[in-house]
Amino acid sequence: MCLGVPARVIRVEDNEALVAVGSVEYKASLLLLEDIKEGDYIILHAGFAIEKVDPVEAGETLKLFLEIEKDFPE
Amino acid sequence: MKYVDEYRDRELIETVSQEIKKISKKNISVMEVCGGHTMAIHRFALNTMLPDTIRLLSGPGCPVCVSSQSFIDTAVEYSKISGMIIATYGDLIRVPGSHSSLEKEKSNGSDIRIIYSVLEGLEIARANPERTVIFPGIGFETTSPATAATVIKAKRENISNFFVLSAHKIMPPVMKALVEDGVRLNGFIAPGHVSAITGSVIYNDLASRYGLSVVISGFEPLDIMQSILMLVRQIEAAHPQVEIQYKRVVNKEGNKIAQELVNHVFRTCNDDWRGLGMITSSGLSLCDEFAEFNPKRHFRINVPETIEPKGCICGNILRGMKTPPDCKNFAKECTPMNPMGACMVSSEGTCATYYKYRN
Repeated sequence: MCLGVPARVIRVEDNEALVAVGSVEYKASLLLLEDIKEGDYIILHAGFAIEKVDPVEAGETLKLFLEIEKDFPE
Repeated sequence: MKYVDEYRDRELIETVSQEIKKISKKNISVMEVCGGHTMAIHRFALNTMLPDTIRLLSGPGCPVCVSSQSFIDTAVEYSKISGMIIATYGDLIRVPGSHSSLEKEKSNGSDIRIIYSVLEGLEIARANPERTVIFPGIGFETTSPATAATVIKAKRENISNFFVLSAHKIMPPVMKALVEDGVRLNGFIAPGHVSAITGSVIYNDLASRYGLSVVISGFEPLDIMQSILMLVRQIEAAHPQVEIQYKRVVNKEGNKIAQELVNHVFRTCNDDWRGLGMITSSGLSLCDEFAEFNPKRHFRINVPETIEPKGCICGNILRGMKTPPDCKNFAKECTPMNPMGACMVSSEGTCATYYKYRN
C-alpha cells in the first residue's frame, strides 16, 4: 500500500489529475499539491500526488553517477 | 519508464558498488527504515554487491507490519456491527489479529471493501447514507496527509457517516526509540516519500544528538547504492549529518500544504507499535475539532484481550535485531499464503520480501 511511484500528468481537472504510470492510467488527488500541469511528473502514493518530481535535480543525480563512472573506468 | 529505468542501469550500479568497496574500511551497520527500500534491496540483490564491512538491517517502516494486534482486534470488532462498512487499504485485511482478521470477518459476512485511496472510502459513505463507513487509518507521514485532507472534505461536505480509526504513525520517534533501545547502528537510509512530506529537517537531531549518519534515499537500485556510498563516506570521515540523495523529490522543508493539513486535523499521541510497544508521541489521533470523526465517540465495542502469535519474532525483526531466517516459523508455518505475523502479510514486509527473494 505504501509504495510511491513516479507518474506523468496527462490532464488536470480541479483537484484531480489523470496520470500515467507506464501505460496504466490512474486518478491522482491534487489536494496536497499546487500548480500541477500536464506533462509534470508527480509521486503517486495511495491515490494522492504527494510531491512533484524535479527534472533538474533528477538530471543532477544522474550526472553524479556518471562522474563516479568516469573516475573508475574499469 | 522515465525516472525509473535510468536508475536501474546495471553498469552504473556496479560502478557505485566498486566505489563503496574501495572506500569502506570500518565495520558498520545501517538500517533501511522503509519497506520499499527493503524490497528494492532484495529484488535487485544489492546486498550481494556490498563489501563484508557493511551490514544492512531492515527497520520498522512497513505500516501494515507495525500496526498493533489490538488495532486489528478493534477493527475486527467494528466490522461486526450491523450495517457497518470497513473501507481499508488492501494489505490490512490479511493481518491476523488475536482471534480473527478482517479477511475472516469478510468471509463471515461483514462488509469489508478494499480501497486504493481514502477518498474512495468517503465516496462509499456518500453513496450509502444509511450505512456507516470506518476507514482504518494506517501509515506514516505519507498517508496521514491524505487522511487529513479527506476528513476536512467530509466535514465541509457534511458527510456524517464516515469515520477514521487512526493508527497513523510518525517516523522520527521510532527511529530514536530503536537506538535508545540498544540497536547498534551507524546510520539510516531514511525513507524518501515520508521525507517528501516532512522535509529533511526532521532527522537533524538524529545526527546532532545521536551521532548518526542519515541519507534520505530514493527507491531505485542506483538511488539506494548511492545512498549507501554517501553513508559510508560520512561514517568513514566520522562526520554524521543529514544528506538528501533523493533530491528530485525531497527538499529541506517538505510539502507545506500536507504538513498544515496534518497539523490541523491530528495531534500527536503515544502509540502502540507491534513488537516495539508503546512509544511516546509516535502516533496521530484526531484533534478535538475533528473528534466527531472518531468512531469511538459513536460506537461501543468490546475488544477481547490481545493474544500475540506464539513463536513469532516480528518484534525483533522490526527492530533489526533478527532477520527472517532466524525465525523458526519462517517459510514453514508462516508464508505469504498463510501468514502468522504481520511482517509476512504486506508485500513490503521484511519477511514477505525475504520469502519472495529467498533463492
